[in-house]
Amino acid sequence: MPSYELVYETYGTLNQDKSNAVLVCHALSGHHHVAGYYADDPKNIGWWDTMVGPGKPIDTEKFFVIGLNNLGGCHGSTGPMSINPKTGKPYGASFPVVTVEDWVESQARLADQLGIDQFAAIIGGSLGGMQALQWSLAHPERVRHVLAIASAPRLTAQNIAFNDVARNAILTDPNFYGGDYYEHGVVPTRGLRLARMLGHITYLSNDAMADKFGRGLRSDKYSYSYDIDFEIESYLRYQGDKFAAYFDANTYLLMTKALDYFDPAREYDDDLNKAFAVARANFLVVSFTTDWRFAPERSRTIVKSLLHNRLKVSYAEITSTHGHDSFLMQHTHYHNVMRAYFDNIASEFTA
Amino acid sequence: MSTHDHSTLAATRPDFAAIAAWIPLGASVLDLGCGDGSLLRYLQGTSKVQGYGVEISDDNIVACIRNQVNVIQGDLESGLSGFESNAFDYVILSQTLQATRHTEPLMQEMLRVGREGIVSFPNFGYWRNRMDILQGNMPVSEVLPYQWYDTPNVHLCTLHDFETFCHDNKMTILDRRVMTGDSEIKLLPNLLGSTAVYRFKRAV
Repeated sequence: MPSYELVYETYGTLNQDKSNAVLVCHALSGHHHVAGYYADDPKNIGWWDTMVGPGKPIDTEKFFVIGLNNLGGCHGSTGPMSINPKTGKPYGASFPVVTVEDWVESQARLADQLGIDQFAAIIGGSLGGMQALQWSLAHPERVRHVLAIASAPRLTAQNIAFNDVARNAILTDPNFYGGDYYEHGVVPTRGLRLARMLGHITYLSNDAMADKFGRGLRSDKYSYSYDIDFEIESYLRYQGDKFAAYFDANTYLLMTKALDYFDPAREYDDDLNKAFAVARANFLVVSFTTDWRFAPERSRTIVKSLLHNRLKVSYAEITSTHGHDSFLMQHTHYHNVMRAYFDNIASEFTA
Repeated sequence: MSTHDHSTLAATRPDFAAIAAWIPLGASVLDLGCGDGSLLRYLQGTSKVQGYGVEISDDNIVACIRNQVNVIQGDLESGLSGFESNAFDYVILSQTLQATRHTEPLMQEMLRVGREGIVSFPNFGYWRNRMDILQGNMPVSEVLPYQWYDTPNVHLCTLHDFETFCHDNKMTILDRRVMTGDSEIKLLPNLLGSTAVYRFKRAV
């Protein structure tokens, strides 16, 4: 690509020696609007507002926090929806498949633009955690602390399988037109909606779903039809509709593919220990007990390789009922862990 | 960490100073059941160790991070599978041995993961404990602060018991410090010492 744009937001103030910068990497459906709300849009609250803000665990009174929309996204950065200057039409299917490695390189260019040589911390959950890990491998000298939350060093076959079902839902939607649906004035809403419904199931735990919905019915008797009977059906359809109304299907495809491809051990004969040999950062790894999409076991694999390389690492396994989504939720102990860790980071540059 | 902190900690936990005396500068240390990370923080000050702790309690994970100690959340009772063989110079089990259920496999795991093991525990053979038993009561003291019904201590032992255990499990004891309060006990340690610290390795 000859050029691209990245949209980003910042919170707090960059200090004199530019040592207090924190980069927040987003997951599959995230974007640059991490915290707070806009004066003219008070209902649009950032996706990690529980974590980032004045007096919050990532305290914007101490840190200069940057959130961006990744390349290929659909929230303002150049992506499949953007107009290709060469053709005057949306990129659509011609938008290249981008990887976690590509994102980190584009984020590094953003850091160059902002004059930040080294981040105090780079943090992300899920796919965002993969980007944070990749930073420690691609630019070990440019990040002091890496925080990988509910993440994994690579996806399992089961995880790739979920992604592929989601992609197939989109790819087989008659309105997909091989990715060039924009020029037909349609959106593969059905496929995107199914993809999100499937994804949503995997982000919740069995227990959380049982607690929240159980076998609850929308009315008090069965309809004996294929309409909505159970509360869970209603909830999933609502989530699917909501998501399909604003998210771009091509971006969804691209994000899930970036997840599938990420595997830093691959070029080291599947030896993650060797992959982390170049890392220099200090690490905090966090997982959630009921997260089966990015299970604690996957985080422990990261920790083992960091230990192998004698890197400084702490690991917290948070007891939570909310599955993979836990990383976005308000949780006292989780937030205490994050606050304690970020307070230490802050003490390094204020001291 | 200031010298004041060192001396305060060494006074409240005399086994800390004994352990520090055995650990050379820059050694790698794994502290099992590390609590709030006090020992590792102490050893980072005295011996500049590369230290990691293992803890199960949520509150202690936060406390360790606040103490600037690396901590890995995990359950000792399910083994040390998260750690590679011979990964550490020393694996420490400080005042935790008596509260472990799977004591024998854990001791073996310590010597798989570490070159040497260090264990400290309250000596059940200490004369005050024996007096309590003679008078018909379970001992309750500064070193054994629990009532029989709320104690986490399921595997209490005497110095003799521990040494027999090491012998039977092909472990060689390299060093021993026995203390009562902060004074070292050389004479009749199994009777006069309230706390013991051992350093041991696999017998060859």
